[in-house]
Amino acid sequence: MKIVVGHLYPDYLNIYADRGNIAVLSRRAAWRGHELEVHSVSVGDPFRPGEHDLLYVGGGQDREQALVAQDLVAKAAGVQESVAAGAAVLAVCGGYQLLGRSYRDLHGSDLPGIGVFPFDTVAGETRMIGDVLLECELEPGLRRTLTGFENHAGRTRLDPGAQPLGRVVAGFGNDGESGWEGCRVGRALGTYLHGPLLPRNPWLADWLLAQALAHRHGEAPELEPLADELETEAHAVSAKRAETRGGRRR
Amino acid sequence: MSVPIPLVAEIAFARAAGRLSRLARTGGGTTVPGKLLWKLDPGAIDRLAARLPLGSAVISATNGKTTTAAMAAEILRERFRLAHNSSGANLVSGIASTLIDARAAELGLFEVDEAALPEVLSRVKPKAVCLGNLFRDQLDRYGELEHVAERWRSAVRALPGDAALAVNGDDPQVGALAQERPNTLVFGVDDPSAARPSLQHAADSKYCVRCGAPYDYHAAYVGHLGDYRCPACGHSRPPLNVVAREIELNGLESVSFRLVTPSGTSVVRLHVPGLYNVYNALAAASLTLNLGAQLDEIVAGIESFNAAFGRFERIRVGDRGLLMLLIKNPAGANEAVRTIVEGGAPAVAVIALNDAIADGRDVSWIWDVDFEPLIPGLTRLVATGDRAAELALRFKYGGLDARAIDVLPSLEAALDRGLELTPPRGELVVLPTYTAMLALRRIVGDRGFVRPYWESAA
Repeated sequence: MKIVVGHLYPDYLNIYADRGNIAVLSRRAAWRGHELEVHSVSVGDPFRPGEHDLLYVGGGQDREQALVAQDLVAKAAGVQESVAAGAAVLAVCGGYQLLGRSYRDLHGSDLPGIGVFPFDTVAGETRMIGDVLLECELEPGLRRTLTGFENHAGRTRLDPGAQPLGRVVAGFGNDGESGWEGCRVGRALGTYLHGPLLPRNPWLADWLLAQALAHRHGEAPELEPLADELETEAHAVSAKRAETRGGRRR
Repeated sequence: MSVPIPLVAEIAFARAAGRLSRLARTGGGTTVPGKLLWKLDPGAIDRLAARLPLGSAVISATNGKTTTAAMAAEILRERFRLAHNSSGANLVSGIASTLIDARAAELGLFEVDEAALPEVLSRVKPKAVCLGNLFRDQLDRYGELEHVAERWRSAVRALPGDAALAVNGDDPQVGALAQERPNTLVFGVDDPSAARPSLQHAADSKYCVRCGAPYDYHAAYVGHLGDYRCPACGHSRPPLNVVAREIELNGLESVSFRLVTPSGTSVVRLHVPGLYNVYNALAAASLTLNLGAQLDEIVAGIESFNAAFGRFERIRVGDRGLLMLLIKNPAGANEAVRTIVEGGAPAVAVIALNDAIADGRDVSWIWDVDFEPLIPGLTRLVATGDRAAELALRFKYGGLDARAIDVLPSLEAALDRGLELTPPRGELVVLPTYTAMLALRRIVGDRGFVRPYWESAA
């Protein structure tokens, strides 16, 4: 079955090896006989709501993030319409911030976001850098862990009642204080975790693929398991790193 | 209140500590004296540098600073006694250690870490400065590229009036520094036949430093280094004074080019491969021109250069050989991969990924490296180092069959496995990150095949 991924601003937002996440989605789809097409949607390109089953937005440096922010605002209605219609989203780091309502930098100037996620972000004096371990429950009763690396000055504060992606076991998370990391709205996920995120957390890649398939075909299929020994080992090493040297340990 | 200690006593104490570190084998001891001196009296470094009768020359860049400094040392060593931090200890403490050891030196020659550059420039007050390139590198440690570039701009503005600057005009961020000072030497490559067909994935400064529009590249050579022009505002590569033309790449053996300078032109044959080494040679030539070197000295020096340790280093291990190329960031690793593949893609490779502070704790950069050209030729990959499994995943998702990958976190086990897979008289390609490179050299050193770096660097 076909899955169409819209990769937003791949030429601007790619600082934390975002193409690794795309490679994992492509291969894991192909290994199950699905065909994953990746369409680049960049500055000046039209955005057609409903065309994509999964939207991916990566991380950028401040300069690149500012360069795309205005263009993204022009696409805001289309992206919101897609998300409301059940397209899956993975937004990482800078892309995560841009999908919130706003980002205020250290000089106090505001970069607009597009409000897919209910939060605002304010840059702090110090960067929060290090390995992270999260505990997530995307499906009720099914607890799984995510590991990654964070490097952000932004403090992201979720609105009351907003759903985070996970609970911080080790690391800083959204703001270094709340104990929460990332944000979830339906099939849309945002996070500070790169690494890239998906190679060492293949269950999340499969969850996103299932959501994307559900968007296109109406119901999430059961994806057959793959041999994930290397992924499991990389996850374990990364989780240990977070426990021994993550930013803030609980 | 601290009691003032005479500089002589501080130095004697710091030197003794370095000898102890070497005896204890905790390291080369190359930075121990400097770290101590730095703790005792930070201003001592300024005074030590001021004692050098001919002053100092400083080199910084994301990639190539160790090699550039080694080439410059070859050019200068006939004429001057040098204080040179050749083992790559390039933070303030490493430079302090070199100054402590350099008893009778006339001229300081220092490669300097990009983040440490502003502090080193303000303390050492160099006569000549050469700035090579800025690529994304260890974002967990250096922060964003733009931030490093901004600190460089301030540091260049604060240089003493008589300091001679040389910059790489092919790097938009670095080339723009030429505007800060008249008489800056600007070096670059002018040979579109050696260009890449398109900008690589790891190209960083793709957007105009003035207006933010994407540059048009007439030629892209290494990462974002090339002949660029902004179609929106017209910002373009500055005019070049020191230029490489007619480049000929000869596999793993050598590269030759025509070196064009304000004081003449000459064909140069480098005994190390790769276009990136042409940039290193241009940087060394520009720096030493600013120090008064003659063209024939420059050519002789560059041609006598072999390899800086761990950077394209060949080591015999019994009846087999190791070819070691340090990898530390996407742009540098891309050039290592490109060079190796041009010399004939290997069937076996050992790739070592560590994540200590000196390697970068964030290993995501391996996903920005174009390792793909290696994959069709590989029958076996030995993935090693503390993050061996992550590296294995990079190749698995790059298209290498997972069954063709051995994951052996122990460097020693991985080296043995690689050698076992290498036929007699064959050469094993090893691509290690920084701390893995040091550890691998120690392992082969313990087997009697290579001298420790603090001896061979001397």
